Amino acid sequence: MAKSPASTLDHTFAALVDPTRRAILARLEQENRISISDLARPFAIKLPAVMKHLDVLGEAGLIIRSKQGRTVTVQLVAGPMEEAMDWLRRYERFWSARLDRLVARAEEEEAKVQSAELREHDE
Amino acid sequence: MTSLTIIRRIAARPAIVFDVLTTPEGIGCWWGPDDGPVLVAETDVRVGGRFRVRFRLRDGTEHESSGEYIEVVRPTRLVMSWRWTEGGEPDEAGEESRIEIDLRPVDIGTALTFTHARLRTEASRNSHEGGWNGALDKLERHFQKLEERNLA
Repeated sequence: MAKSPASTLDHTFAALVDPTRRAILARLEQENRISISDLARPFAIKLPAVMKHLDVLGEAGLIIRSKQGRTVTVQLVAGPMEEAMDWLRRYERFWSARLDRLVARAEEEEAKVQSAELREHDE
Repeated sequence: MTSLTIIRRIAARPAIVFDVLTTPEGIGCWWGPDDGPVLVAETDVRVGGRFRVRFRLRDGTEHESSGEYIEVVRPTRLVMSWRWTEGGEPDEAGEESRIEIDLRPVDIGTALTFTHARLRTEASRNSHEGGWNGALDKLERHFQKLEERNLA
């Protein structure tokens, strides 16, 4: 199987493990670009805690922050997630292809056993 | 913890599916890639017994994986540890993951649930909170949305 950059994937998966960070990402999916104060509002945690989560997401390359005047806005970046999905999909393809053949083989066997059983029944 | 689950419905009874999963003859038919042969299939199907499967790809490279049977309940459940001992996924080299297979009798034959769990143990060691499945569902939904957006 092809090689993939382990450290990027580790960052992505580690960032996604935290429920608050997932909630932040979910919110960013809905709104393309949002200010940090708007983003923090629905959460029960304080702004500095939100900032810490944004740092983790930023380091994992999952979000990008930009400043317009005095307002800092946050935006979702798709690349690392796509990479993580590609990695999982590769494994999925690997097993899917094998399971397809497992199914075919088992069904052949079943057909053989059934016809043998039928013959026994007839005799 | 990263895991991958695949579900298949098979028109064969669970005992037959179980034997195709575990006998060397069965494994020889499905484990290898389409265009290369399975070179070695050894199984000792009992708790604590080991298996070893070696196959060759069309590019000539040989890959081998092995592991230990952790749960053996014929014909409904099979759990084994799994690792690449040669070739395979570089990220996973030497890392032990786990394969869990459940076979449930259904009207057409068998519902097979295949889970490859504990993938990327390094990543999961870094994050004790768990919640992988949720994270991955999220990831998948996100990705689908992106694709929809790209297609739109």
